[in-house]
Amino acid sequence: MFLKCLLSFLVAMCFSLNGRCQYFITKSGFIGFYSKTDFEDIQAENNQAYAMLDPGNNRIAFAVLMKGFIFPKELMQEHFNENYIESDKYPKATFTGHCSGEMDLTREGIYQVVVKGEINLHGITQPVETTAQIEVRNDRILGTSAFKLKPEDFQIQIPGVVRDKIAREINVRVQITWMRSK
Amino acid sequence: MRKTFFSLILFISGLSTHAQDTLLRSVSDSLSASKNTGYVTGTFKALYIVNMKTIEAPAEGVLNVEIQHRFGSLNSGSYEFFGLDNATLRLGLDYGITDRLTVGIGRSSYQKTFDGYVKYKLFRQTAESMRMPVSVSLLTSFSYYTQHFTDQEYLNSTFRLSYTTQVLIARKFNNLFSLELTPTLIHYNLVPTVEDQNNVFALCSGARMKISKRMSINVEYDYLFASQVVSTQVNHSLSFGWDIETGGHVFQLVFSNSQSMVESQYIAQTPGSWSNGDIYFGFNISRVFNLKPHNKRKD
Repeated sequence: MFLKCLLSFLVAMCFSLNGRCQYFITKSGFIGFYSKTDFEDIQAENNQAYAMLDPGNNRIAFAVLMKGFIFPKELMQEHFNENYIESDKYPKATFTGHCSGEMDLTREGIYQVVVKGEINLHGITQPVETTAQIEVRNDRILGTSAFKLKPEDFQIQIPGVVRDKIAREINVRVQITWMRSK
Repeated sequence: MRKTFFSLILFISGLSTHAQDTLLRSVSDSLSASKNTGYVTGTFKALYIVNMKTIEAPAEGVLNVEIQHRFGSLNSGSYEFFGLDNATLRLGLDYGITDRLTVGIGRSSYQKTFDGYVKYKLFRQTAESMRMPVSVSLLTSFSYYTQHFTDQEYLNSTFRLSYTTQVLIARKFNNLFSLELTPTLIHYNLVPTVEDQNNVFALCSGARMKISKRMSINVEYDYLFASQVVSTQVNHSLSFGWDIETGGHVFQLVFSNSQSMVESQYIAQTPGSWSNGDIYFGFNISRVFNLKPHNKRKD
């Protein structure tokens, strides 16, 4: 009885350790957001997003520093950090969720999946659901997705004078490459 | 046996419910660990606290157009509509050659003065760690007045020139409060009498306190050390400002006992005093133009 207990414990340990070792991790994920209005086009891009994929249960997690978003206009970047996203107070945005749909990470191919989870941005957590494409190749896994977020959902205050210059819905693009370490 | 199996199931299911948190935590932890110490931004909203230049600089390829305006003094009476009938204006251009190097030119109606400056960001305050607790910029400027005074002859150009050198030292203490201290040396090529010093030292200081995300209250005090300017009665320049920022504009409402907006004039040649009501109301308006996009940090 005791031996069986121990055995099952060891098996469980193996499972958990196994899972851990197989995480896919990248520190150079791409996240960009784009706002298009009649008055002004705004874009910002970040190539330093952290992204993890747990193939054991198809869970994914992202974390990104707000100050890493680069705008073509320096002043916009300053205002983004100082006035809108308040990156001293809320330095990062995170996402956790999981992919559902037909997907086999051990077989090469392109899979269309649904990603469901929660985004934490500007101190506010909101549920998100979007479609994504997972492309499994021999040496890497590519993940791409696009979705929309509303600044108001995250209590990002936009003053009346500039409200028309910022889109009601911001397009977000995500592009991740996970290398398989062999 | 059944009990063991059950506990095993529990254990595994426990693992998977925690998996999401663990995953996020490990991502977040590695993010914080590698968080590079960036530079502090937004120490001041504008390039000017009121009259004094801040350590802020336009980014590379950005042109800042500055319109500075001071009405006449409040104590000039109702006939002059308390100063609003008169105005002094300075038009300025500031351009970022690089993110650290700024050049600027200006022309003000006070004594029909031309001015120009070069400013270089020597050190930048770093976030988080105390590697660099302050931002330091070096500034050197000239001023050249061209007004013809009726009671004196028009001097050779050399005698109308003066130079200012400043070390701008600023620290953003937190999101709300920033302070700037500026040791200043002004050299006048010509002073009225032999008792007056050609080289004048001053300690300028300025601070801003944010009152909302897009507004701040500024104070500037320029302390002129005693017995350097003796032939004329001068006062320390004390100014208050209210910054309002809207997108690419910064709008500053100011009150000052100095009418001029050029270093060599407002620091050591301010005749007005607050107690007499020599208070000049005015505003600074700035607008930035991006002459080329900044993409270099993209890598």
